[in-house]
Amino acid sequence: MEKKVYFRGIALPYLLLLPQLVITGLFFFWPAGRAVYQSFLREDAFGLSSQFIGFENFADVLGDPTWLEAALRTLIFSGAVALLALGAALFLAVQADKHIRGANTYKTLLIWPYAVAPAIAAVLWLFMFHPNIGIFGRALNAMGIPWDYKLNGNQALLLIIFAAAWKQVSYNFIFFLAGLQSIPKAVLEAAAIDGARPMRRFWTVVFPLLSPTAFFLLVVNLVYAFFDTFGIIHSLTQGGPGKATETLIYRVYTDGVMNLNFGSSAAQSVILMILVVGLTIVQFRYVERRVHY
Amino acid sequence: MSIALSVDELASRSRRRQRREAFVTHLCLVLGVLIFAFPIYLTIIGSTHDVNTIGRGDVPLLPGAEAVANYSQAWGVGGGRFMGVPAGMMLMNSIIMALCVAVGKIAISLTSAYAVVFFRFPFRMLAFWLIFITLMLPVEVRIIPTIQVMVDLNLTNTYQGLIIPLVASATATLLFRQFFLTIPDEYVEAAKIDGAGPLRFFIDVIIPLSRTNVAALFVILFIYGWNQYLWPLLIVNDRSLETIVVGLTKMIGTGDAQNEWNVIMATAVLALLPPVAVVVLMQRWFVKGLTETEK
Amino acid sequence: MATLTLRNIKKSFGATAVLHGVDLDVADGEMIVIVGASGCGKSTLLRIVAGLETASSGEVIIAGQNVTPLEPADRDVAMVFQNYALYPHMSVFQNMAYGLKIRRLPADEIRRRVDEAAKLLGIGALLERKPRQLSGGQRQRVAMGRAIVREPKLFLFDEPLSNLDAKLRVQMRAEIRQLQKRLGVTSLFVTHDQVEAMTLGDRLVVMHAGHAAQIASPMEIWEKPADTYVAGFIGSPSMNFLPATLLEGGGAVRLDTNGLILPLLDGPRAGQAGRKLTIGIRPEHLQIGHGGLDMLVDLVEPLGGESVLHGKLPDGTPITARLQGAHYVDGMMGVILPLESLHVFDAETGHRLEAGA
Repeated sequence: MEKKVYFRGIALPYLLLLPQLVITGLFFFWPAGRAVYQSFLREDAFGLSSQFIGFENFADVLGDPTWLEAALRTLIFSGAVALLALGAALFLAVQADKHIRGANTYKTLLIWPYAVAPAIAAVLWLFMFHPNIGIFGRALNAMGIPWDYKLNGNQALLLIIFAAAWKQVSYNFIFFLAGLQSIPKAVLEAAAIDGARPMRRFWTVVFPLLSPTAFFLLVVNLVYAFFDTFGIIHSLTQGGPGKATETLIYRVYTDGVMNLNFGSSAAQSVILMILVVGLTIVQFRYVERRVHY
Repeated sequence: MSIALSVDELASRSRRRQRREAFVTHLCLVLGVLIFAFPIYLTIIGSTHDVNTIGRGDVPLLPGAEAVANYSQAWGVGGGRFMGVPAGMMLMNSIIMALCVAVGKIAISLTSAYAVVFFRFPFRMLAFWLIFITLMLPVEVRIIPTIQVMVDLNLTNTYQGLIIPLVASATATLLFRQFFLTIPDEYVEAAKIDGAGPLRFFIDVIIPLSRTNVAALFVILFIYGWNQYLWPLLIVNDRSLETIVVGLTKMIGTGDAQNEWNVIMATAVLALLPPVAVVVLMQRWFVKGLTETEK
Repeated sequence: MATLTLRNIKKSFGATAVLHGVDLDVADGEMIVIVGASGCGKSTLLRIVAGLETASSGEVIIAGQNVTPLEPADRDVAMVFQNYALYPHMSVFQNMAYGLKIRRLPADEIRRRVDEAAKLLGIGALLERKPRQLSGGQRQRVAMGRAIVREPKLFLFDEPLSNLDAKLRVQMRAEIRQLQKRLGVTSLFVTHDQVEAMTLGDRLVVMHAGHAAQIASPMEIWEKPADTYVAGFIGSPSMNFLPATLLEGGGAVRLDTNGLILPLLDGPRAGQAGRKLTIGIRPEHLQIGHGGLDMLVDLVEPLGGESVLHGKLPDGTPITARLQGAHYVDGMMGVILPLESLHVFDAETGHRLEAGA
């Protein structure tokens, strides 16, 4: 954990650390502190006067039925995105790990979508599912299914779930593939000799050994679905129709930027911060107990 | 247990199973590739047709003739219902931002990790934990107060405002720290004996050794910078500073059927080119770097 | 209990041919050691028997049944890997029970077999531990336990001792041999270590560049190596090879190095005068004396009761001698070649030449 041999002097290291600490201080801790501070205030829209109201903002937020709905919606959304993105990625990684011709080409073709920004993924899916100009949107309508995600809340939710999952599969794929390749080939051969057929080998040997990776990815996917999907929602549905696709992070935005309700927005931010910190701690704790061969 | 079936039966079953398995594997992978390629394909095709074809909903599956027209308009003039921002300008902004963010993050993390690993000084571990904690605070969570800070510092609507707050990087610092910890002590001792000071050691030894990590991180951080959405959206109002990712969605607005879809699609393709190029060209380092930050 | 027959096994990886047609007949309960240098194809051969690789042509017949097209799972063989390949996430007990569970043995039968094997191997106390909590030797025993409980037709060992330290290796070697004899299971054991080969095998298969150079008992291989490769591979230090020519009548040879004439005690060799031959003599057979070769010793390795002397003949040919006693010094030394210990090989093909050949 530590180097035994090091250089003397303290001026240089402080200097080296300075830029990062300054930026971190200015743009992480100060705003985070302000968010916490603001969450205890009620300010007017112009920021001219503020009133300390203790935990009232928090109580308001947690007691607000629309916030609770948004929380539930966020849970469903994140769960669906994580499940889809992880399932598809695991499946593809297992296939890509087999020794078939062109394996490397497949891998390249499945990795490049990592480059697509969530917002752009949303735009691409918009091109496909727009009720008027999208190939699938029109097809659905032609088949008699009334498809218009701008009017139907459930369809909007479905659309952003798929767009968000679509974007995340590459990332999961890379990790699952690496995880699969780190399983010693001899262990699988031993299982084959012991009499295990491919399906059985997968569930009794591969999957358990993959579970640390899977858990890590689960946390990453949940954090992604909670926060990084802002771009998708903002491009495709703007939280609508109605509030059908408003997740918690989107609310922070609407309350803070559109409605200028800083106190409430700050309180929501703080709640989310606690959630993320909690998730990250869980992840690091679990990761430390990983299997080592 | 296996004697129940005749050897021939087992043999032909095994052959058939192998063939079937290979076929299924290819099928699944091809399907997967298509699912990811199709939206792009559609968009590229769409960008080569005129606005009416798309607006009517006659979605083409083969290229049209309007490629040059659409792309030149996208590049030079822009589309959308309002005064368009030329994609050329937006691309430039994105490239500047992504490059500066990537380079900045790498530089800052190299020096921070170096300081934390190769020196001893008061509050050393505190500094490290402070940097580490930021891992848990994605920008979206603290967006409002951070914008407020930017307003206070007069950094809105500037390149600096776009770039600097994103430059601190816990992930990169962690990665470099881990890597530096694996560098054998003998290197430092040899340097000391040779009379090299810490700065010299950093430039002559550490940086060359870190090449692969830097390459991997460059890809990851470039993409990170390129794909930023909420941050540029809020920090920049001046349309001449707009990044292409944000600009693209602004062009679409609420998805009106009256949009200049052909130009929008061309812009989308342009928005994808640099990041995809970076990922594809540097794929090997990138995959290596990603799977090592996990630990 | 089973016999094993390999018929004309050939294997190529793409354009590279790795096995050029190997034939082998193994009797029930026999321990066959497949030995050779790296890259000779021995591991490939073992994996083909296991079913982990498919032969390009040829047949594998276990207990009279042609298993060539069968998957490993259907062959009823057990394998001990070089790196043990234990299931990292399972306990020792679960590792050993895995194959039995798949075959749907009742739980008490599984328990019985595992406990018995554990007792045999001395790992009864480790049953609840995970592999990462075990030492190398313990892991190796678990790997063997996993093979034993299966009660398979064949045991296959893929260089299982290579990763152990020297002392443990010697101990495990003996244990494996005793175990195999006791259980009477037909076994194939692959190694690159010729000492292991000599001590473990009922018969050896010496592999060289994809061919089985010789298949015979250890002593036969040592006493009558089939070619210069086998002769040089088995025995440490390696046999000395001296170029020679056949004399008229075939009853004697003349060494090229100094013209020394050596009669062939076991009979004449066929061929014209001048036929090129290679004479082999093991370092331990050389004796000090005059009238043989002049050896310039430049390195003495004292081993305690014996010494190994490295040196050169006047024409530069390297020569090694293994002599009793200590206190040898560098310098000139005369060595003689006892005629009963000579080996005769054809210089071109390297094949052993018996009398009349």
